[in-house]
Amino acid sequence: MTTADALRARVRDLLAAHPPATTGRTAFLQARFDAGLAWVHYPEGLGGLGAPRSLQAAVDAELAAAGAPDNDPRRIGIGLGMAAPTILAHGTGEQKQRFLRPLWTGEEVWCQLFSEPGAGSDLAALGTRAVLDEAAGEWVVDGQKVWTSSAHAARWGILLARTDPGLPKHRGISFFVCDMHAPGVEVRPLRQITGEAEFNEVFLTGVRIPDAHRIGAAGRGWEVARTTLMNERVSIGGMRIPREGGMIGRLAAAWRERPALRTHAHHQRLLGLWVEAEVARLAAERLRQQLAAGQPGPEGSGMKLTFARLNQEISGLEVEFLGEDGLYYGDWEMTRPDTVDFTGRDAGYRYLRAKGNSIEGGTSEILLNIVAERVLGLPAEPRDDKDVPWKDLAR
Amino acid sequence: MTAPGAALDLRYSDTEEELRSAVRSLLAARCTPAGVLARAEGGRPHDPALWDTLAAGIGTAGLIVPEELGGQGAGPREAAVVLEELGRAVAPAPYLAHAVLSAVILLGCDPAAAAPHLAELAAGRRVYVPALPLTQAPGAPLPPPVRDTGGGALAGRATSIADAVAADVLLVLADTGLYAVEASEVRLAPRTPLDLTRPLADAVFDGAAATRLADPETARAAVQKALLCGAGLLASEQVGLAEWCLDRTVAYLRTRHQFNRPVGSFQAVKHRLARLWLDTAAARAAARAAADALAADAPDAPLTVAVAQAYCSGVAVRAAEECVQLHGGIGMTWEHPAHLYLKRAKADSLALGTAGHHHTTVAALADLPAP
Repeated sequence: MTTADALRARVRDLLAAHPPATTGRTAFLQARFDAGLAWVHYPEGLGGLGAPRSLQAAVDAELAAAGAPDNDPRRIGIGLGMAAPTILAHGTGEQKQRFLRPLWTGEEVWCQLFSEPGAGSDLAALGTRAVLDEAAGEWVVDGQKVWTSSAHAARWGILLARTDPGLPKHRGISFFVCDMHAPGVEVRPLRQITGEAEFNEVFLTGVRIPDAHRIGAAGRGWEVARTTLMNERVSIGGMRIPREGGMIGRLAAAWRERPALRTHAHHQRLLGLWVEAEVARLAAERLRQQLAAGQPGPEGSGMKLTFARLNQEISGLEVEFLGEDGLYYGDWEMTRPDTVDFTGRDAGYRYLRAKGNSIEGGTSEILLNIVAERVLGLPAEPRDDKDVPWKDLAR
Repeated sequence: MTAPGAALDLRYSDTEEELRSAVRSLLAARCTPAGVLARAEGGRPHDPALWDTLAAGIGTAGLIVPEELGGQGAGPREAAVVLEELGRAVAPAPYLAHAVLSAVILLGCDPAAAAPHLAELAAGRRVYVPALPLTQAPGAPLPPPVRDTGGGALAGRATSIADAVAADVLLVLADTGLYAVEASEVRLAPRTPLDLTRPLADAVFDGAAATRLADPETARAAVQKALLCGAGLLASEQVGLAEWCLDRTVAYLRTRHQFNRPVGSFQAVKHRLARLWLDTAAARAAARAAADALAADAPDAPLTVAVAQAYCSGVAVRAAEECVQLHGGIGMTWEHPAHLYLKRAKADSLALGTAGHHHTTVAALADLPAP
């Protein structure tokens, strides 16, 4: 059992052997990984020490206090939050050794090749094909992926592809690691209603993936992907939000600064939304306290629904409240932002970007189904797609 | 700017959960929906024997009265848990009037004069009810006080007093201060309430003998403090009401079949229930925040209470309305208990200030001024 004291000693040793002031950023991060201080709950030799996850925060804080560089987790969120836990759970020893270290240090950026134009909420219906070239020991992949963040910066992508169209849809899928620099991979920016392109379309044409880059057994890709998607949900929440944190703070500030624009009708809506935002903040805080006490509640599955709706209503009111200023938009230039900035930009941007909140990461309609079925125990709707070979499904 | 949300404890402690299960078992055994309906039809919704067990037996009457004054020395958090359970059972018990409003009023009065009353209240031996309209909101102007006619006698009237018919003692705001008046000294005129489980009456004081417990200024402060606490804890009753409506509707729709399917498998229905669950979970957080802020006497308790009341009223009403609608025809019958919850939820949305009143309070306290 690794204790907090033992970890502190390791941090001191790392800092002594690789002083941040005189060590290059990547070299320091590599040394930190090798010292098992990258993610302490990972196994030894893979950037961790098999220690409780709860000890990580102290390690991060101590290294930050010593001026050590971090791995810029926002830039490599897909790798850290989705690819890494999946490789750890389902990868071979060789795959773990090859991929995890440069993933964590940020030397290699990852993206996720799951959604397709024809497979959004119904992800398991995906149609990108992977055919085994037995002689070469390689899979040949053809298809199109969409809503891929970081694809233009990524070295690797986690890829779901159909390997057996004759089986029902959940059973004929395999999970691969795709080299984004391989011939046949074409990344195009996907321009959104905000004018910018946070995401990409990825076209895969005759892309060859060595069988050694398959994660999990052929045909078992859906089970592997569930690990990935579960981790996507875990990474949401956990932060303490201050009162008027988020979009409501911008609306409240505008209200205070622009008395001439105030109307009674907007006042009623403002107060209603302020109360709802405060209650949502309290609900998130209650969830955080339950998690901290080791009693996770089912409320987590619902927070995204609430925040999506509130973001949309609050930013919509803000645009209206601003009067003439609400008619304008900062800039329609197509840029490629690394992160979403909800509070640093104008109300029009917030209004448009928030529309995605009820679509990305599970549409609100699908999340309501999940709450109804998993939390309330209501029966699923009858389905006729589960046992039909994928090739016979309506498309 | 508003103060940042202080460190609130929004969970339930083990002690609170034990208290909940004691109250829930009692109500499950002795306060069934059919029983509540039968008593309400008979015009006597209160069940004195049940009250005695709840107030004196389990000892919930004096939860927010300090031990040295004969109470349990717990506080608003624990009283909130009792109210959640009473809401779940739509129980006709004068708990809010007695154990919350009257207790806080008496705690704010002249200590020597109030002490014997607090002891009676905390022990659950006599029922105390404030002679205020159920709609009286914290921070709103109080109704015209009754007159002190001299010689310890009061004259005047008070309207829409909840649970007055169960009272042994009324706490009355008069022009010369706050008074305790024996119910036998008062002429009560029961009215026909929308909410059958919380009876209302007007009171006429015509030379009623009264004991003074506080001067006018102290009295007004005590009453306002009680109204704030009452409004904050009413949110917990509303959470309990909403929770019952949701649970009962979900259970019904899992088994009710139409079109050869459980009705609860239709997406249009599932989405409504999922949204209601989300809002009920949020209401619980708001109600817990109010109870905790009141317990801690936090500086932003008035804002936290206003937020909870502005939010929870609507959730309880919607839960009850959904319960009626999603039960279909059976939900519209007198026999099914859904209407008891609908009537309580709707009356509760007027009690201790409407959501509109509390939104106005939020505007003032969160610096969001009207045009």
